[in-house]
Amino acid sequence: MSLSVLLVFIVAVVLAAFIIGKTRALKVSAFQGGAKTLNSLPYYYGMLTALWTGIPAIILLILWQMFDRTIIDNLVIQYLPSDVQNMDGEQLGLVMNQVYTLVGGQQVGDVAPYIEQAAAKVSKLYRMSEWLQTSLITLAMIIGAFVVYKRIHPEMKARNHIELFFKYSLLGCACIAIITTLGIVFSVLFESIMFFQKVPVSEFLFGTQWSPQMAIRKDQVGSSGSFGAVPLFVGTMLIAFIALIVAVPTGLMSAIYLAEYAPKKIRSIFKPLLEILAGIPTVVYGFFAALTVAPFIRDLAYSLGINEYISVSSESALAAGLVMGVMIIPFVSSLSDDVINAVPQSLRDGALGLGATKSEVVKQVVIPAALPGIVGGVLLAASRAIGETMIVVMAAGMAANLTANPLDSVTTVTVQIVTLLVGDQEFDSPKTLAAFALGLMLFIVTLALNYIALHVVKKYREQYD
Amino acid sequence: MSNSNTTELTTTQIVQNSLKKRYRAERRFKAFGIASVCVGVFALLILFTEIISKGVGAFTQTYVQLELKLDNDVLGIDDVSNPDAFMQANYTKVIRNALKEQFPTVKKRRDRRALYGMVSVGASYKLQAVITKNPDLIGTTQKFWVIADDDLDTYYKSLSDAEPFTGRMNDKQQAWVQTWVDNNQIKRKFNTTLFTAGDSSEPELAGILGALVGSLLTLSVTLILSFPIGVAAAVYLEEYAKRNKITDFIEVNINNLAAVPSVIFGLLGLAIFLNFFGMPRSIPLVGGLVLTLMTLPTIIISSRAAIKAVPPSIREAALGMGASKMQMILHHVIPLAMPGMLTGAIIGLAQALGETAPLLMIGMVAFIVDVPTGITDSATVLPVQIFLWADSPERAFVERTSAAIMVLLVFLISMNGIAIWLRKRLERRW
Repeated sequence: MSLSVLLVFIVAVVLAAFIIGKTRALKVSAFQGGAKTLNSLPYYYGMLTALWTGIPAIILLILWQMFDRTIIDNLVIQYLPSDVQNMDGEQLGLVMNQVYTLVGGQQVGDVAPYIEQAAAKVSKLYRMSEWLQTSLITLAMIIGAFVVYKRIHPEMKARNHIELFFKYSLLGCACIAIITTLGIVFSVLFESIMFFQKVPVSEFLFGTQWSPQMAIRKDQVGSSGSFGAVPLFVGTMLIAFIALIVAVPTGLMSAIYLAEYAPKKIRSIFKPLLEILAGIPTVVYGFFAALTVAPFIRDLAYSLGINEYISVSSESALAAGLVMGVMIIPFVSSLSDDVINAVPQSLRDGALGLGATKSEVVKQVVIPAALPGIVGGVLLAASRAIGETMIVVMAAGMAANLTANPLDSVTTVTVQIVTLLVGDQEFDSPKTLAAFALGLMLFIVTLALNYIALHVVKKYREQYD
Repeated sequence: MSNSNTTELTTTQIVQNSLKKRYRAERRFKAFGIASVCVGVFALLILFTEIISKGVGAFTQTYVQLELKLDNDVLGIDDVSNPDAFMQANYTKVIRNALKEQFPTVKKRRDRRALYGMVSVGASYKLQAVITKNPDLIGTTQKFWVIADDDLDTYYKSLSDAEPFTGRMNDKQQAWVQTWVDNNQIKRKFNTTLFTAGDSSEPELAGILGALVGSLLTLSVTLILSFPIGVAAAVYLEEYAKRNKITDFIEVNINNLAAVPSVIFGLLGLAIFLNFFGMPRSIPLVGGLVLTLMTLPTIIISSRAAIKAVPPSIREAALGMGASKMQMILHHVIPLAMPGMLTGAIIGLAQALGETAPLLMIGMVAFIVDVPTGITDSATVLPVQIFLWADSPERAFVERTSAAIMVLLVFLISMNGIAIWLRKRLERRW
């Protein structure tokens, strides 16, 4: 049976098992005075039967789908001529590819006879595997259903079983967060370790040359790629710094205005308006930065004659930074808004009662009281700016310049991750692995920033109660 | 003390003297606040006007009316009953003949090529479709609106500007356009191609349907996986979890994942799903899986808030009536928390819809012309399509990019609007 038919079949059998289990429970209780004497409601027995029918079948199906191709491959390789068997992994893979295209019926032209034989073998094995899969799954379902069916008894605590299953499946779902984190850590860590075996850590962290192009031929000019990531770190910092210079004062001041000064009506209009900024996809900001802001800045720089003193590029750190700053304004402002509103009104009233003006209250009472929260918010904004990808990919450029000139084009960690990994790549060249090493750096830095932010908020928060 | 000294001021006087300055500071501070809000709103306004003004042109497309002689000598359809004959017929020549006839003075080879280049390569496909449907047209002469090339399209759209954008249009081509304008042979029609075609390297034939369907498929995978898992995790953390190390660890992980840059999720997808599990590149299934992992924290956090908002009295009443914990959760807590959880899910999905970076890494940037039909077909998504078009050098792609952005924003705004409406409509105050 094909996969979709098999799935429908499993669902149908599971439903049938539910009905059988329920009927069985009613039947065994009929001798003793009906459903009232059952330990649990009848449908719990049905559910238990259905679970025992469905779960083994699904597990079997998943395992089968994961491993059938590998097993068939190995079986077929045994039948290939010995000289083909002795080829290295890559060539063997090519041969197997040929076999599979022949199985798929897409082969044009002549092929070696052993490939044709192998293809015939593959399709035979596939038919067998499908048949075996269907029968094994059916068998598993029958056994599962039968075991539960035999044990259904008025005293059987079906509900407890179901409740326990429910609880553990919820726990399983909650653990996906842990699995994801582990997945991230392992995926970047393993590739990074492979990378650092080829390129020393010190060169990566402190080198000032970044040109990850690896030569195809040995004698090519500039054949050795160099992986000094300092220009990327500097570029990232520069852009994040510009973004924060834009976002922190604007975000903070708008939060203060909206929380302390603005009438309710204005607040209810402008707060959602600012929040729209947070909902716009980054690719849209990137387009805006690359096509509107960057040319504007370049033209402005040329008309002011700045280009005579420092280099002015059409893709500038300033454009990317400015637009990124606009993007994180709502982030800063909503985080600040929360902490400003958390400052108790009594503090404000006290200061106002002593004759302070509103701005003095804000500057000398509210902000000091809200400072840990604001600092935390700024750190989170910084981590957001460092990890932002699309704006810099589209507007900051690819050139790894080591410069502090905001009008020049710089590149960042995220830009390099994307450019190194987009397109086909093999997983053993330093060029690809470098992206994972950069990913590891990015992960560590953002994690540290988030940790510090939470810590600052927790440790220095004043308790007013 | 009573002897008032002229040099020594009373507190009231000090305050009085400083008042002017303090009030000025007050006004300044308030002005800063207003200015900050204005900066944000101003940026928003510029962004929207830029995109709308750039993109509005893409909703129309220039067509040129040509008098096509559908001679069978030129077309070469010998057998009307054979569909292959329609496929192989020479439609391009019919169009070229019509152009030649209208401008008989064009003799030089280069000029000829420039003339032919004014009509899109897609025109012959369109003609093929029309003739296949109506074989009776063969042998007649028809006035037919053919789709114009993107250079002509851009030029014609900017014709009313003070300085038309000529681009690659040379003087002769501009003169021909003038002839068409004088004869009313050129006009702009609603650009249906934009909504009915997949990607193309020719701007006038490129559409967003493929990307839209790709986004839809990817988001369906995300919704089907992330909503149940997110709700289940939230229920566990709120209703079952005791305060212990495992629970704390889960919570720390969820909060951290919410702050991990999206590009890292791309690395995860590349290393685990593509490299380790050997799944194919650029399919919506993998995209959906990656976005699921990315949106899970958002959904879990908002679902927890919704579950927390259900008052304990409901739970106690249910338990008191003899419900089991599972019944209490499934029959009371989840239905009552559903509006909040749905709101969170929609907001999470809106985030996922706009996400680009992780999908670039798992190969959803391929140039894909066909509209995908399933979650295992190669596909791209709307934001990635925007990224690809923004990179294209043709000027006609700029307005198409902006149009695609407008479509994306319409989707995002309506999703968020639904979320707000849902919250207002179904939220219950206890």
